[in-house]
Amino acid sequence: MKKLFPITVTVNGKVYERQVEARLLLSDFLRHDLGLLGTHVGCEHGICGACTILFDGEAVRSCLIFAVQANGHEIRTVESLGTPENLHPLQQSFTDKHALQCGFCTPGFLMTLVPFLEENPTPTEDEIREAIDGNICRCTGYEKIVEAVHDAAEKMSQKK
Amino acid sequence: MKPVNFDYYAPSSVDEALDTLAELGYDGKVLAGGQSLIAAMNFRMARPSALVDLNNVAELSYIKPTADGGLAIGTMTRVSTVEHNQDVIQRFPLLVEVAKFIAHPQIRRRGTFGGAIAHADPAGQLPSISMVMNMQALIKGKGTERWVAAPDLIIGPFMTVIEPNEMLAELVIKPHPPRTGAKYVQVSRQSGGYAQSAVASIVTLDENEICKDVHMVLMSVAEVPILSEKAREILIGNKPSKDAIEAVAEAASTSEIDPASDLHASADYRRSITRVLIVRSLTEAFERAKRGGK
Repeated sequence: MKKLFPITVTVNGKVYERQVEARLLLSDFLRHDLGLLGTHVGCEHGICGACTILFDGEAVRSCLIFAVQANGHEIRTVESLGTPENLHPLQQSFTDKHALQCGFCTPGFLMTLVPFLEENPTPTEDEIREAIDGNICRCTGYEKIVEAVHDAAEKMSQKK
Repeated sequence: MKPVNFDYYAPSSVDEALDTLAELGYDGKVLAGGQSLIAAMNFRMARPSALVDLNNVAELSYIKPTADGGLAIGTMTRVSTVEHNQDVIQRFPLLVEVAKFIAHPQIRRRGTFGGAIAHADPAGQLPSISMVMNMQALIKGKGTERWVAAPDLIIGPFMTVIEPNEMLAELVIKPHPPRTGAKYVQVSRQSGGYAQSAVASIVTLDENEICKDVHMVLMSVAEVPILSEKAREILIGNKPSKDAIEAVAEAASTSEIDPASDLHASADYRRSITRVLIVRSLTEAFERAKRGGK
């Protein structure tokens, strides 16, 4: 018989109580159990960055954490950022600056960059490139992504 | 690409964790940050029957200055915490320099200092650094405690002297003598990727610019990290001239390493870049020693 572990997790502000197998990855829990398909699964060994989410506010890989380990913790996924009508400033800048083509890597970039910009509202290009060195994008060549981060940083600091 | 099933324990204290490990024996495996272990489990290269997760053991996460000017680091301290800690920056800037090369920011936020060392990946930075810094490892079992120096801790690729019913609890780093400098260099295909070769040196000069002590580790060029004997033979008691450093690079890269060929680099290429990296690492380490470690 499968052994199940009860967990209580807050995802995007909503509390979920579920029973999970120990081996269930947090990325699969978000996608399959909660139906939050914004978190993408690429390599499943920590290289690509597509599955990056916020775990207690910190950008980490959801494919390298078990769902059972999220018990009592707070998770944020890309679904928490904006809506199609009302994009998060970073999402708007990604759109305006053509920082995505296929979009597969985008949720991981966004979840990496949201806390980065909160900590460092006026980053240099080097700092941006260091922040995203754990996210792979095969479409853009990164130039447009760096531009979008600069653009978002400028707009977000004007707002304050 | 999904792990086989396993049993899971999440103790909240060291004692509870050690009790659980003692009960499980060979079936138990410690889960620290999981940034290597969970990846290996996803590939089904690792298939532990039970995991003892230390992430809820708050007492294993700390950086404490020691009275002699060194540091004691709890095994579950995240690599990113070490990287940004003021005491680490002041006392052991080498650790900060190395941390920037460990995978990616997202991995360093979750990966742990002790977990990386206990994992003993020959291509991982922290096992090598623990050896070159001669860190003292505190290994705890149920009712037992022992200290092992890092060079004796790691006995093979992914192998340490830590028994299945034990865990690595703390690492203690002794302060460097005055006029000590250190430098880490590596070559890798991309930022955050595995190094094809890497070298870290820690050197000490006396007041006459004579090399008093040198520790140099060669990483990713043998089954385990190599602490260079040649560097000690050639440099200690002598002026670290350009010729002496070149002699170390020649001797160490030809006789002390046994690099493998793979998709990323041939053995010859690894040998050749190791030679270059030794020169760069030692030269800068001695420059830093002259400036008092800066």
